[in-house]
Amino acid sequence: MLYLELLIQGLVYGCMYAVIAVGLTLVYGLLRILHVAHAGLFALGAYLGLLVTNWTGSLSAGLLVSALLVGLAGMLIYRLCYQPILDRPPYVALIASIGLFIAMEEIFRLVFGPYGLTYKAAPLQSKVQFLGTTLRQADVGLVIMAVGLLAALSYLSQKTRIGVGWRATVDDPQMARAFGIDPVKVRYLNFFVGSALAAVAGVFVSLLSNVVEPTMGGVPSYKALAIIVLGGLGDVKGTLIASLVLGVVEAFGTIYIGKLLDRDAIAFALLIVILMIRPQGLFSRR
Amino acid sequence: MGIYEISLATLVSINIISALGLNLITGFCGQISLGHAAFYGIGAYTAALSAKAGLPFAGALLFGMALAGLAGLIVGLTSLRVREDFLAITTMGVGFLFIGVVRQNNFLGGELGISAIPQSGLPKLGFLAVVLILAALTTVFNLWIKKSWMGFAFEAVADDEDTARVLSLDVSAYKLTAFALGTALAGLAGGLYAFFARSISPDNFGFVTSISILSMVAVGGIGSVFGVLISTCLLTLMPEFSQVLSDYKLLVYGALLFGVMRFWPEGLAGLTSGLGRMVKIGGDSRKGEGQ
Repeated sequence: MLYLELLIQGLVYGCMYAVIAVGLTLVYGLLRILHVAHAGLFALGAYLGLLVTNWTGSLSAGLLVSALLVGLAGMLIYRLCYQPILDRPPYVALIASIGLFIAMEEIFRLVFGPYGLTYKAAPLQSKVQFLGTTLRQADVGLVIMAVGLLAALSYLSQKTRIGVGWRATVDDPQMARAFGIDPVKVRYLNFFVGSALAAVAGVFVSLLSNVVEPTMGGVPSYKALAIIVLGGLGDVKGTLIASLVLGVVEAFGTIYIGKLLDRDAIAFALLIVILMIRPQGLFSRR
Repeated sequence: MGIYEISLATLVSINIISALGLNLITGFCGQISLGHAAFYGIGAYTAALSAKAGLPFAGALLFGMALAGLAGLIVGLTSLRVREDFLAITTMGVGFLFIGVVRQNNFLGGELGISAIPQSGLPKLGFLAVVLILAALTTVFNLWIKKSWMGFAFEAVADDEDTARVLSLDVSAYKLTAFALGTALAGLAGGLYAFFARSISPDNFGFVTSISILSMVAVGGIGSVFGVLISTCLLTLMPEFSQVLSDYKLLVYGALLFGVMRFWPEGLAGLTSGLGRMVKIGGDSRKGEGQ
């Protein structure tokens, strides 16, 4: 029974990682930027979700407002921060992004206080029985939301005109431009969608722990980087699989080798081992 | 000089050694590392533990330096497998791995770290003199490397690895050398820090430390020795001189890192060479020192 419990717990975490990492991998696929500040948007999403939910009493309103505003914030970050330095060597954008993330964390600390905020009446906290294990509604909600959003994203990119233009731009920006697709619009769309996903993930993570802290972006951000590297950088399918694998490995690893390594170290040990065997990531076609 | 000034000067010099080490790897040889604090930490933990086991000051420092350099050599091997963004994340992972191992192992002090590290046996001013001399030697060493044949080879690897290989440079050997030297310097700095602070904990060597060392290099101008010297002094002292700033230290760090990269990607070195070019308008058009 322990195995099943660990597996389910790992998959729940994996879904959370997936929703965060997809936004990151979309940005990388399009612009070749490691967008560390993505985790700042994840934390911003959690804050906005909590504030709106506490104010209106409705979680759906919180999710919606948070996703919209954070999506816009993501577009703003692209316009103000990344667009002017796209032609620089890659480390420039990476360091700028780390700087931005640190500054965002500090702004959260200064504005919302260092100890974190909690929900007045946290929604989705009642217990659910599933295959003999006990889960909270928030766990289940997280999984349903992740599957739903990723399915919608896949529909958007496979079946709609916008999605075709998007994928064309990722594959070959110049050719896409020749066919009349505006690459700048695609970038804005990319940042909006990725950031909105991060915001939703942020809200659900804050429901799991009933607290929103300034530093909550830290661990997911570095882990999401590990995941997109494992998934082959820019490859959405690889990213999803890597997220679930990491979630499960962490869940089992914490039990069996937790004495030697803590949870975060397990994630990075896995990353280093796999990269040494497959330097291009697990699922990259390149 | 009062005790406070002495300890500030010591800290600045220690940071210079560690930042110049990273400059060797990232600046000269173009291999980005987001895990420099791990080697700083390896040096500090090795020196602290071996000093507690009875090794004298110099021996403990050398041992820490050697072990950090060895670890750097091993991590450098990854740079032969992965490049650029992949390497950045791998080295970041090494940093988290180091912290994770230290936290979970009691003989390394666990969460609490190591305290009551033996004294170096030198008075405070004498210790400062030793650190200053080591920082000066490190600076000279970096300048020498930059002018040497190896420096040119590093530059070629940083510029375009494949072309360097076509020119029959042994790219792997140069990368490994850069990693071993740079991380050994970090180890030396770590050992000095252990004797200076006399108590260390995992938090001293986390990702934030890696980033602050990287910011010293990036703000100074990646690859420029003098730029790194100046920015290390500025970034170490700035929070100390203004009590207001101290609370906002991280915010300033983040904003500075972002601002410099966004508006001024060549750092302080880019500024001085830019000014130089403005003054010497119409003079010889040799390229200024940059990366």
